[in-house]
Amino acid sequence: MVHSLLTVEGLSGLVFLAMVAATASGALIAINSKRLVRAVAGLALSFTGVAGLYYFLNSPFVALMEMLIYVGAVCVTIVFAVMLAEPRSESKVGKGSGMGALFGAIVSGLVFLGVAAVSTTTKWPVAAAKVNSGSITEVGLALLTPFSMVFELISVVLLVAIIGALALAHSGREKE
Amino acid sequence: MMLALSSHLNTYLLIGAFLFAAGFYGLVQRRSLIGMLIAGELVLSGASVNLMAFNRFLAPDPTVGQIFTLFIMGIAAAEAAIALSIIIAVYRNYKTIDAPDLHDLQG
Repeated sequence: MVHSLLTVEGLSGLVFLAMVAATASGALIAINSKRLVRAVAGLALSFTGVAGLYYFLNSPFVALMEMLIYVGAVCVTIVFAVMLAEPRSESKVGKGSGMGALFGAIVSGLVFLGVAAVSTTTKWPVAAAKVNSGSITEVGLALLTPFSMVFELISVVLLVAIIGALALAHSGREKE
Repeated sequence: MMLALSSHLNTYLLIGAFLFAAGFYGLVQRRSLIGMLIAGELVLSGASVNLMAFNRFLAPDPTVGQIFTLFIMGIAAAEAAIALSIIIAVYRNYKTIDAPDLHDLQG
Protein backbone atom coordinates (compact mmCIF):
# COMPACT_ATOMS: atom_id res chain seq x y z
CA MET A 1 0.00 0.00 0.00
CA VAL A 2 2.77 2.44 0.88
CA HIS A 3 4.58 1.52 -2.31
CA SER A 4 1.51 2.12 -4.47
CA LEU A 5 0.93 5.52 -2.84
CA LEU A 6 4.28 6.73 -4.15
CA THR A 7 3.40 6.20 -7.82
CA VAL A 8 1.90 8.96 -9.97
CA GLU A 9 -1.57 7.38 -9.81
CA GLY A 10 -1.35 7.00 -6.04
CA LEU A 11 -0.34 10.63 -5.48
CA SER A 12 -3.01 11.97 -7.84
CA GLY A 13 -5.55 9.79 -6.05
CA LEU A 14 -4.50 11.32 -2.74
CA VAL A 15 -4.84 14.83 -4.17
CA PHE A 16 -8.30 13.89 -5.49
CA LEU A 17 -9.37 12.65 -2.06
CA ALA A 18 -8.09 15.90 -0.53
CA MET A 19 -10.16 17.90 -3.03
CA VAL A 20 -13.29 15.87 -2.25
CA ALA A 21 -12.67 16.41 1.48
CA ALA A 22 -12.23 20.17 0.92
CA THR A 23 -15.49 20.33 -1.07
CA ALA A 24 -17.55 18.40 1.48
CA SER A 25 -16.12 19.99 4.62
CA GLY A 26 -16.34 23.48 3.11
CA ALA A 27 -20.00 22.90 2.26
CA LEU A 28 -20.72 21.67 5.79
CA ILE A 29 -18.96 24.71 7.31
CA ALA A 30 -20.86 27.03 4.96
CA ILE A 31 -24.26 25.77 6.05
CA ASN A 32 -23.61 25.09 9.75
CA SER A 33 -21.33 27.79 11.16
CA LYS A 34 -22.82 30.37 13.50
CA ARG A 35 -20.99 33.39 12.11
CA LEU A 36 -21.56 34.52 8.53
CA VAL A 37 -17.88 35.31 7.93
CA ARG A 38 -16.96 31.72 8.76
CA ALA A 39 -19.71 30.53 6.43
CA VAL A 40 -18.17 32.58 3.61
CA ALA A 41 -14.74 31.10 4.39
CA GLY A 42 -16.26 27.61 4.21
CA LEU A 43 -17.83 28.53 0.88
CA ALA A 44 -14.41 29.60 -0.45
CA LEU A 45 -12.90 26.28 0.74
CA SER A 46 -15.69 24.37 -0.99
CA PHE A 47 -15.18 26.29 -4.25
CA THR A 48 -11.44 25.59 -4.09
CA GLY A 49 -12.22 21.86 -3.83
CA VAL A 50 -14.65 22.11 -6.75
CA ALA A 51 -11.94 23.83 -8.83
CA GLY A 52 -9.67 20.86 -8.09
CA LEU A 53 -12.43 18.49 -9.24
CA TYR A 54 -12.71 20.44 -12.51
CA TYR A 55 -8.97 20.00 -12.97
CA PHE A 56 -9.43 16.24 -12.60
CA LEU A 57 -12.21 16.45 -15.22
CA ASN A 58 -9.71 17.63 -17.90
CA SER A 59 -10.87 21.26 -17.72
CA PRO A 60 -8.04 23.44 -16.41
CA PHE A 61 -9.57 26.60 -17.88
CA VAL A 62 -12.86 26.12 -16.03
CA ALA A 63 -10.90 25.35 -12.84
CA LEU A 64 -9.01 28.64 -13.22
CA MET A 65 -12.26 30.54 -13.85
CA GLU A 66 -13.82 28.89 -10.77
CA MET A 67 -10.98 30.22 -8.62
CA LEU A 68 -11.07 33.68 -10.25
CA ILE A 69 -14.84 34.24 -10.29
CA TYR A 70 -16.12 32.34 -7.27
CA VAL A 71 -13.26 32.48 -4.76
CA GLY A 72 -11.85 35.77 -6.00
CA ALA A 73 -14.97 37.78 -6.77
CA VAL A 74 -18.18 36.27 -5.35
CA CYS A 75 -16.78 35.35 -1.92
CA VAL A 76 -15.04 38.71 -1.49
CA THR A 77 -18.26 40.51 -2.47
CA ILE A 78 -20.23 38.48 0.09
CA VAL A 79 -17.62 39.37 2.74
CA PHE A 80 -18.11 43.07 1.94
CA ALA A 81 -21.88 42.66 2.22
CA VAL A 82 -21.46 40.91 5.58
CA MET A 83 -19.36 43.83 6.82
CA LEU A 84 -21.91 46.37 5.54
CA ALA A 85 -25.15 44.68 6.54
CA GLU A 86 -24.51 42.49 9.57
CA PRO A 87 -25.85 44.02 12.76
CA ARG A 88 -23.06 44.37 15.29
CA SER A 89 -24.99 43.16 18.32
CA GLU A 90 -26.45 40.05 16.73
CA SER A 91 -23.69 38.96 14.41
CA LYS A 92 -24.39 35.36 15.24
CA VAL A 93 -26.72 33.68 12.80
CA GLY A 94 -29.67 32.37 14.70
CA LYS A 95 -30.78 28.93 13.61
CA GLY A 96 -34.39 28.25 12.82
CA SER A 97 -36.52 26.42 15.31
CA GLY A 98 -35.38 22.93 16.27
CA MET A 99 -38.32 21.33 14.54
CA GLY A 100 -37.67 23.24 11.31
CA ALA A 101 -33.97 22.35 11.25
CA LEU A 102 -34.74 18.68 11.91
CA PHE A 103 -37.37 18.64 9.18
CA GLY A 104 -34.98 20.34 6.75
CA ALA A 105 -32.25 17.82 7.56
CA ILE A 106 -34.61 14.90 6.95
CA VAL A 107 -35.89 16.31 3.66
CA SER A 108 -32.43 17.20 2.32
CA GLY A 109 -31.14 13.76 3.35
CA LEU A 110 -33.99 12.19 1.38
CA VAL A 111 -33.18 14.44 -1.60
CA PHE A 112 -29.53 13.32 -1.45
CA LEU A 113 -30.48 9.63 -1.21
CA GLY A 114 -32.95 9.93 -4.09
CA VAL A 115 -30.56 11.73 -6.43
CA ALA A 116 -27.73 9.37 -5.48
CA ALA A 117 -29.89 6.28 -6.09
CA VAL A 118 -31.06 7.54 -9.47
CA SER A 119 -27.59 8.57 -10.63
CA THR A 120 -25.88 5.34 -9.57
CA THR A 121 -28.50 2.92 -10.90
CA THR A 122 -29.10 4.58 -14.29
CA LYS A 123 -27.19 3.16 -17.25
CA TRP A 124 -25.79 6.33 -18.78
CA PRO A 125 -25.20 5.97 -22.54
CA VAL A 126 -21.61 6.80 -23.49
CA ALA A 127 -20.94 8.66 -26.72
CA ALA A 128 -19.38 6.46 -29.39
CA ALA A 129 -16.60 8.88 -30.31
CA LYS A 130 -15.38 12.29 -29.19
CA VAL A 131 -15.26 14.93 -31.90
CA ASN A 132 -12.45 16.89 -30.24
CA SER A 133 -10.20 16.78 -27.20
CA GLY A 134 -11.85 19.53 -25.14
CA SER A 135 -8.62 21.49 -24.78
CA ILE A 136 -8.43 25.24 -24.12
CA THR A 137 -7.95 25.89 -27.85
CA GLU A 138 -11.12 23.97 -28.68
CA VAL A 139 -13.05 25.79 -25.94
CA GLY A 140 -11.93 29.15 -27.28
CA LEU A 141 -12.87 28.24 -30.86
CA ALA A 142 -16.31 27.00 -29.80
CA LEU A 143 -16.87 30.08 -27.61
CA LEU A 144 -16.24 32.45 -30.51
CA THR A 145 -17.89 30.53 -33.38
CA PRO A 146 -21.12 28.62 -32.51
CA PHE A 147 -21.60 30.26 -29.10
CA SER A 148 -20.60 33.83 -30.03
CA MET A 149 -24.17 35.13 -29.72
CA VAL A 150 -24.49 33.76 -26.16
CA PHE A 151 -21.03 35.13 -25.40
CA GLU A 152 -22.17 38.63 -26.37
CA LEU A 153 -25.50 38.26 -24.57
CA ILE A 154 -23.91 37.32 -21.25
CA SER A 155 -21.79 40.46 -21.38
CA VAL A 156 -25.02 42.46 -21.73
CA VAL A 157 -26.49 40.54 -18.78
CA LEU A 158 -23.45 41.35 -16.64
CA LEU A 159 -23.58 45.02 -17.64
CA VAL A 160 -27.27 45.25 -16.71
CA ALA A 161 -26.54 43.48 -13.41
CA ILE A 162 -23.77 45.92 -12.52
CA ILE A 163 -25.89 48.97 -13.38
CA GLY A 164 -28.87 47.50 -11.52
CA ALA A 165 -26.78 46.80 -8.43
CA LEU A 166 -25.43 50.37 -8.47
CA ALA A 167 -28.93 51.82 -8.92
CA LEU A 168 -30.38 49.71 -6.10
CA ALA A 169 -27.63 50.59 -3.65
CA HIS A 170 -27.71 54.26 -4.63
CA SER A 171 -31.48 54.75 -4.34
CA GLY A 172 -31.46 53.14 -0.92
CA ARG A 173 -28.89 55.68 0.23
CA GLU A 174 -30.76 58.73 -1.08
CA LYS A 175 -33.84 57.87 0.91
CA GLU A 176 -32.17 58.48 4.28
CA MET B 1 -9.29 0.56 -5.48
CA MET B 2 -9.81 3.77 -3.52
CA LEU B 3 -7.18 5.70 -5.46
CA ALA B 4 -8.88 5.28 -8.85
CA LEU B 5 -11.99 7.20 -7.74
CA SER B 6 -11.23 10.19 -9.94
CA SER B 7 -11.94 8.25 -13.15
CA HIS B 8 -15.49 7.15 -12.29
CA LEU B 9 -18.60 9.09 -13.24
CA ASN B 10 -20.47 8.06 -10.08
CA THR B 11 -17.96 9.77 -7.78
CA TYR B 12 -18.69 13.16 -9.32
CA LEU B 13 -22.44 12.54 -9.42
CA LEU B 14 -22.43 11.75 -5.69
CA ILE B 15 -20.40 14.90 -4.93
CA GLY B 16 -22.86 16.95 -6.97
CA ALA B 17 -25.82 15.39 -5.15
CA PHE B 18 -24.15 16.11 -1.79
CA LEU B 19 -23.53 19.76 -2.68
CA PHE B 20 -27.15 20.12 -3.85
CA ALA B 21 -28.55 18.55 -0.67
CA ALA B 22 -26.26 20.64 1.55
CA GLY B 23 -27.36 23.81 -0.21
CA PHE B 24 -31.01 22.79 0.10
CA TYR B 25 -30.59 22.20 3.84
CA GLY B 26 -28.91 25.60 4.20
CA LEU B 27 -31.73 27.32 2.30
CA VAL B 28 -34.35 25.77 4.58
CA GLN B 29 -32.55 26.28 7.87
CA ARG B 30 -30.79 29.67 7.58
CA ARG B 31 -32.56 32.75 8.89
CA SER B 32 -30.35 35.47 7.46
CA LEU B 33 -30.59 36.45 3.79
CA ILE B 34 -26.82 36.26 3.26
CA GLY B 35 -26.81 32.71 4.64
CA MET B 36 -29.52 31.80 2.14
CA LEU B 37 -27.45 33.34 -0.69
CA ILE B 38 -24.44 31.24 0.36
CA ALA B 39 -26.58 28.07 0.33
CA GLY B 40 -27.89 29.01 -3.12
CA GLU B 41 -24.33 29.24 -4.42
CA LEU B 42 -23.75 25.70 -3.13
CA VAL B 43 -26.79 24.46 -5.11
CA LEU B 44 -25.45 26.09 -8.30
CA SER B 45 -22.06 24.55 -7.66
CA GLY B 46 -23.57 21.07 -7.34
CA ALA B 47 -25.36 21.51 -10.68
CA SER B 48 -22.09 22.64 -12.31
CA VAL B 49 -20.20 19.59 -10.99
CA ASN B 50 -22.89 17.32 -12.46
CA LEU B 51 -22.70 19.01 -15.85
CA MET B 52 -18.92 18.85 -15.95
CA ALA B 53 -18.94 15.14 -15.04
CA PHE B 54 -21.41 14.29 -17.82
CA ASN B 55 -19.36 16.45 -20.17
CA ARG B 56 -16.14 14.59 -19.37
CA PHE B 57 -17.47 11.02 -19.44
CA LEU B 58 -20.50 10.91 -21.75
CA ALA B 59 -20.68 13.85 -24.16
CA PRO B 60 -19.42 13.55 -27.74
CA ASP B 61 -18.22 17.18 -27.76
CA PRO B 62 -16.32 17.92 -24.52
CA THR B 63 -16.27 21.70 -25.07
CA VAL B 64 -20.04 22.23 -24.72
CA GLY B 65 -20.25 21.38 -21.01
CA GLN B 66 -17.26 23.55 -20.20
CA ILE B 67 -18.83 26.53 -21.99
CA PHE B 68 -22.16 25.89 -20.27
CA THR B 69 -20.41 25.89 -16.89
CA LEU B 70 -18.67 29.16 -17.77
CA PHE B 71 -22.07 30.70 -18.54
CA ILE B 72 -23.45 29.37 -15.24
CA MET B 73 -20.57 31.17 -13.50
CA GLY B 74 -21.41 34.42 -15.27
CA ILE B 75 -25.09 34.17 -14.35
CA ALA B 76 -24.19 33.28 -10.75
CA ALA B 77 -21.90 36.32 -10.47
CA ALA B 78 -24.65 38.61 -11.77
CA GLU B 79 -27.16 36.99 -9.40
CA ALA B 80 -24.84 37.45 -6.40
CA ALA B 81 -24.26 41.13 -7.23
CA ILE B 82 -27.99 41.86 -7.56
CA ALA B 83 -28.93 39.84 -4.47
CA LEU B 84 -26.29 41.53 -2.31
CA SER B 85 -27.37 45.02 -3.37
CA ILE B 86 -30.99 44.09 -2.59
CA ILE B 87 -29.87 42.76 0.82
CA ILE B 88 -28.01 46.00 1.58
CA ALA B 89 -31.04 48.06 0.54
CA VAL B 90 -33.23 45.90 2.82
CA TYR B 91 -30.77 46.39 5.67
CA ARG B 92 -30.91 50.17 5.26
CA ASN B 93 -34.69 50.17 5.52
CA TYR B 94 -35.29 47.50 8.15
CA LYS B 95 -31.99 47.40 10.11
CA THR B 96 -32.08 43.60 9.89
CA ILE B 97 -31.41 40.90 7.31
CA ASP B 98 -33.24 38.08 9.09
CA ALA B 99 -35.94 36.70 6.85
CA PRO B 100 -38.57 36.16 9.64
CA ASP B 101 -38.35 39.86 10.60
CA LEU B 102 -39.27 41.08 7.12
CA HIS B 103 -43.03 40.65 7.38
CA ASP B 104 -44.49 43.96 6.19
CA LEU B 105 -46.54 42.24 3.49
CA GLN B 106 -47.90 39.60 5.85
CA GLY B 107 -51.69 39.91 6.08
